[in-house]
Amino acid sequence: MKLDSMYQDVILDHYKNPHGRGLRDGDAEVHHVNPTCGDEITLRVRYEGDRIADVSYEGQGCSISQASASVLNELLVGKELAEARRIQETFLELMQSKGQLTPDDAMEDVLEDAVAFAGVSKYPARVKCALLSWMAWKDATAQALDDSAAKERTP
Amino acid sequence: MTHLPGLLDTEAIRKDFPILDRMVHDGKRVVYLDNAATSQKPRQVLDALSGYYERHNANVHRGVHVLAEEATALYEGARDKVAHFVNAPSRDEVIFTKNASESLNLVANMLGWADEPYRVDSDTEVVITEMEHHSNIVPWQLLAQRTGAKLKWFGLTDDGRLDLSNVEEVITEKTKVVSFTLVSNIMGTVNPVEEIVRRAQEVGALVVVDASQAAPHMVLDVQALQADFVAFTGHKMCGPTGIGVLWGRQELLEDLPPFLGGGEMIETVSMHSSTYAPAPHKFEAGTPPVAQAVGLGAAVDYLSAIGMDRIAAHEHALTSYAVERLREVPDLRIIGPTTAEDRGAAISFVLGDIHPHDVGQVLDEQGIAVRVGHHCARPVCLRYGIPATTRASFYLYSTPAEVDALVDGLEYVRNFFG
Ligand SMILES: Cc1ncc(COP(=O)(O)O)c(C=O)c1O
Repeated sequence: MKLDSMYQDVILDHYKNPHGRGLRDGDAEVHHVNPTCGDEITLRVRYEGDRIADVSYEGQGCSISQASASVLNELLVGKELAEARRIQETFLELMQSKGQLTPDDAMEDVLEDAVAFAGVSKYPARVKCALLSWMAWKDATAQALDDSAAKERTP
Repeated sequence: MTHLPGLLDTEAIRKDFPILDRMVHDGKRVVYLDNAATSQKPRQVLDALSGYYERHNANVHRGVHVLAEEATALYEGARDKVAHFVNAPSRDEVIFTKNASESLNLVANMLGWADEPYRVDSDTEVVITEMEHHSNIVPWQLLAQRTGAKLKWFGLTDDGRLDLSNVEEVITEKTKVVSFTLVSNIMGTVNPVEEIVRRAQEVGALVVVDASQAAPHMVLDVQALQADFVAFTGHKMCGPTGIGVLWGRQELLEDLPPFLGGGEMIETVSMHSSTYAPAPHKFEAGTPPVAQAVGLGAAVDYLSAIGMDRIAAHEHALTSYAVERLREVPDLRIIGPTTAEDRGAAISFVLGDIHPHDVGQVLDEQGIAVRVGHHCARPVCLRYGIPATTRASFYLYSTPAEVDALVDGLEYVRNFFG
């Protein structure tokens, strides 16, 4: 059935047992909402140099948005920023593919569990749910790096 | 099949709505339960729209040729029909807008630019309620921000009704305008107009009623309401999109200033100043939505031929049945009145901790169309501590079998995420 392509077991597992949920210390915090449906996320990032030391989050939302935040945590924590950006861009490409893109091995290597969201890209109303935490991460990262750049400038 | 007293002959009615035969997701007939968002359109309205464009199309009020005269007669004829439909004392009290949102923004702007005694300014107050659609919140927030007026509101009780226990503190001598919805689009609550109007009249405040969820479903009598302005939208009452109505009391429409300027709304124009056409034209700048008005006229004819009282009885019977059936669903909590008393045919609920987005998605796969989210009434979700709801809403063509399909669908949802 078509629904199964959206609600992959991997997604439902992450939804029921989210990774890294809860707010912990961070260098920056953002709050993003999806105004069409009321999904919300508060997300914090903590960097150690260029390495992502933690991504913590709290939010209300559907299975897709919650599972996506969990996958993000699993994928990005511990990564170097450049690598994390590559993962984020690849995930964005997949989500904007309108169901036309079948992830190849290279993509699977980059995205790991996140390839399970390929089916969601067929549902325009749900793409925003899947991207909510990723956009929040991007925003929080920009703020965190801005802050540390500012700190370096002012001795 | 379930038979309930008061139901309409839906088998006959459904033949008028071609879209109700639409198959979705591999051969499932669509179960359309998103009527509070927009209604479907009967053949009669679709024919009026295409007939207008095929035979009569011209701009209105400007030509001397046959088509212009016919188009004008059809457009103004639609105004007569709408005036009659809401029992307006005069056809000149019916202003066509593009939707209810524009109607409400129009009133807010008339009052913001008005002279005494109507003027809203920093010494005055504006009253709304916590169950308003964003279209009846934001225009008043804008007005309050721009004029310095204080915005106040009635809160809600736990069972989804207006809390009027402090009516005298909320509506005071400083109140210039009270604007509230007759029927809540998210909870279905029917509000006690009389009590609010009585207090508003005591202090000399104007009353604006948002009838967007009332006009499609019940007898709407602007004189009985005793309001000063009544707003509603065509697309929820079998009409096309792009047409809304603002009814206003004649003397107010004469006194209050125009909002949008342009063609059609003037009497004379020089490079220095202009004088305005009398209402309703004073408030209809530019080429109006002519075909859409004609479509709304056809919708009003269609609804009137069936009878608004009979439509209300049908929906009441169906809502009673739905409320009862939904109670059988484990973990389902209705947000709003839990009986059919003083409520319309929109029912919001949450299902355990399954997010409404997921509920809606799995229902859709079974061909059942509901709305999920905050329904443009986010303060209601905040009030009840929920991120969103799933809402099923019925209309004159809805059937008990569709209620049954919803209940079965919800069982399926529970198993899917169980
Ligand atoms: C109670 C209420 N008021 C106002 C509106 C706004 O109607 P429209 O979007 O047609 O302007 C709606 C519908 O969405 C509504 O349900």
